[in-house]
Amino acid sequence: MTDSKEASNKAYWSANLRLIVFCLIIWATVSYGFGMLLRPWLMNIHIGGADMGFWFAQQGSIFTFLILIFFYAWRMNKLDKKFGLEE
Amino acid sequence: MSQFMINMIFVAGSFVIYTWIAIWARAKSTREFYIAGGEVHPVFNGMATAADWLSAASFISVAGLISVGYVNSSFILGWTGGYVLLATLLAPYLRRFGKYTVPDFVGSRYDSTTARLVAVVMLIIISLTYVIGQMTGAGVAFARFLEVSSTVGLIISAVVVFFYAVLGGMKGVTYTQVAQYVVLILAFTIPAIYLSLQMTGHFLPQTGFVGQHLESGQPLLHKLNEVVRDLGFQDYTADVENKWNMFLFTLTLMVGTAGLPHVIIRFFTVPKISDARWSAGWALVFIALFYTTAPPLASMARLNLLESIYPAGTEQAPIVYDERPEWFKNWEVTGLVKFEDKNNDGRVQFYNDKNEAFEQGTAAERGWTGNELTINNDILVLALPEIANMPGWMIGLMAAGGIAAALSTASGLLLAISSAVSHDLIKNTLFPQISDKTEMLCARISMVGAILIATWLGINPPGFAAQTVALAFGMAASSIFPVLMMGIFFKRINAKGAVAGMLLGSAFTLSYIFTYLGWFFIPGTNSFPNTPEFWVMGISPLSVGCIGALINFIVAISVSYATEKPSAEIQKMVENVRYP
Repeated sequence: MTDSKEASNKAYWSANLRLIVFCLIIWATVSYGFGMLLRPWLMNIHIGGADMGFWFAQQGSIFTFLILIFFYAWRMNKLDKKFGLEE
Repeated sequence: MSQFMINMIFVAGSFVIYTWIAIWARAKSTREFYIAGGEVHPVFNGMATAADWLSAASFISVAGLISVGYVNSSFILGWTGGYVLLATLLAPYLRRFGKYTVPDFVGSRYDSTTARLVAVVMLIIISLTYVIGQMTGAGVAFARFLEVSSTVGLIISAVVVFFYAVLGGMKGVTYTQVAQYVVLILAFTIPAIYLSLQMTGHFLPQTGFVGQHLESGQPLLHKLNEVVRDLGFQDYTADVENKWNMFLFTLTLMVGTAGLPHVIIRFFTVPKISDARWSAGWALVFIALFYTTAPPLASMARLNLLESIYPAGTEQAPIVYDERPEWFKNWEVTGLVKFEDKNNDGRVQFYNDKNEAFEQGTAAERGWTGNELTINNDILVLALPEIANMPGWMIGLMAAGGIAAALSTASGLLLAISSAVSHDLIKNTLFPQISDKTEMLCARISMVGAILIATWLGINPPGFAAQTVALAFGMAASSIFPVLMMGIFFKRINAKGAVAGMLLGSAFTLSYIFTYLGWFFIPGTNSFPNTPEFWVMGISPLSVGCIGALINFIVAISVSYATEKPSAEIQKMVENVRYP
C-alpha cells in the first residue's frame, strides 16, 4: 500500500467514525434523552395530545432513527465516491 | 359464508402463494442457499428483514405489552433503535467481509476454530429459544382461527416451512418473507386504521394517537388517562420511577437486536456495501410501519375495551354478565378472558384491585369486592376485530397475518441454525474437503433436522421457551454483538480476547438471569425472588444483557492487550473490511 493511499484510507475511516459518533449522539438523545431521562423536564411541551417525552418514546424516536439511517447511508455513499472507494 | 370459511380462504390463499414462491426460488448452489446468491434488491431485503424481525410475539403481544402504559416504551425503542446500531456499526462491514454466516465472520476474523465454535453454540442457544415461541405462536393462531388443535396447527406450519426452506434455502426464505411481510403488515394496519377512524376520525393511527377522542372531544390520551384512573389503574402516560432500569432494559434490547444472527445474515444477501446501508434503512421503514402503528393501536384498543365493559362511562355500572357481547363469549372459551362474580351482582366489575387506596375508597363505595375480569393482554390484538365490530374478512386477514408473522421469523431462525451447522460445523471444522454439492446436501439435511427439533420443542415447550426476551436478547447483547463490533473497530483484539469476552460476558448474563428466574429456568431454584428489592442496583434480570456486553468488551480488550498481537494478515483483513 502506498503512503498516499494509506493516508486517504485513514482520512476515510476517521470521517466514517465521526459520522457514526454524530449519528449515535442523536440516537441516544432522542431515545434515552427526550424519551426517558429528560422527560420530567419536557412535560410542558406538547405534541398534540401527548407530552414531548411520551411522544418521543412511542413515536418520535422511530422517525428519528429512520432519518439517521438514511442520512448515514447517503453520507457514506458520498464519502465512498469522494475517496474513490466505490465497489 | 361462515367466519371459519373466510379464515380458511385467507390462510389457504396465503399458503398457496408461499408454496408457489418456494417452487420458483429453488436454490442451486450453496451461495444461493446461504445468502440467496447475494443478489437480493435492498428494498426486498428490507421487507424480508422486517418479516424476519416481526415475530408471532410482536404481532400478537406487542400492542398488549405497550397498552400497560408509558413504562413499556422500552420495547418500542429497543426493537427499532437496534437498527441504528446495526446500520452504522455492523451491517456494511459484515457485508464487505463477504461471508455466509455470523460464526463464519468470527472464525475468519479471529482466525480461530474455538472462536468459531463458541459463536456457533451461542447462535444455536439464541435462535433455538427464539424459534420455539414462533412454532407455538403459529400453533395458537391456527387453533384459534381454524378450529384445529394447536399441535396439528404447529405440524401444518412446520410442513409449509419445510417446503420452502429446504428447497430454497435463503433464496426461498427471502422471497416468501417478502410476501409474508405484505400479508402481516396489511393484517396489522388495516384494523388499526379502522379503529383510528372510529375513535378519532383520523385515517392515520399515528396522528389519531395525538388527536381528539371523537366521543368526548378531549385528546385521546387524556381521555384514556381519565378512564384508567377512574378504575384505579395508573395513568397511561404516567412517568416511571426506576428510569435506570428502564434505560438498561432498552439498551439491552437495542444491543441484543443488533446482535441477533438471523437478522444479521439478512445483510449478507445484498449485492454491495452501499446496498447494505440502504437496506438497513428500508428494513427500518417497514419495521417502523409496524412499530409506529402499535402504540396508537394499543391505546385505542385499551380504551375501546374499557368502553365495551363500561358502555355508559366509568361512573355508571358495567355490563351485565348475561348480556355480555359476542367476543366476550368467544374468548372465554379459550381461557384468555375469565369472569368471576365476586359480589354476586351479575355485573362485570373490571378495575385495579391491587390499588389499596382505590379498593378502600371508590371500590368499597360502589359495592365492589375485587376485580372480576381477568383479560390476557394478547386479547387486545386477537379480539380487536370482534370488539370493534369489524367485518369478517378482517378477522380472516388477521389469522393469515399472525401465521405469516410466525412462519417468516421461524424460517429466518431455522436458516441461521442450519447454515451454522452445515457451513461452520461440518464444512469449516469437521470435513473441509467436501464439495459444494455435498455441503448443499448437508445444509438441506441440517434444515430438516432443525425443523424437526423446533417442531418437537414447539409441541413440548421446555421451561426456557417463555424466556425469549431474557435469554435471546441477553445472550445476543452480551456475546455476539461485542465480538462482531470489536472485530471491525478494534484491530488489536485477538482470538483469546474474543473467546474470553464471549464466554465471560454471556456467563455473567446467564448467571444473573438464573439467580432470579431459576437455575436453567427450573422453577423454584432461583436464589432470590424476582422483585425489585432483591435486584442488584435495581437492575432487573431482563436488563442485564448490556452489562454483560460491557464485561465482554472489558475482558476482550484486557486479555488481548495482555497477549500477542493478531497476525499481520488478520490486521490487513480488518483494514480491508473498513474500506470498501
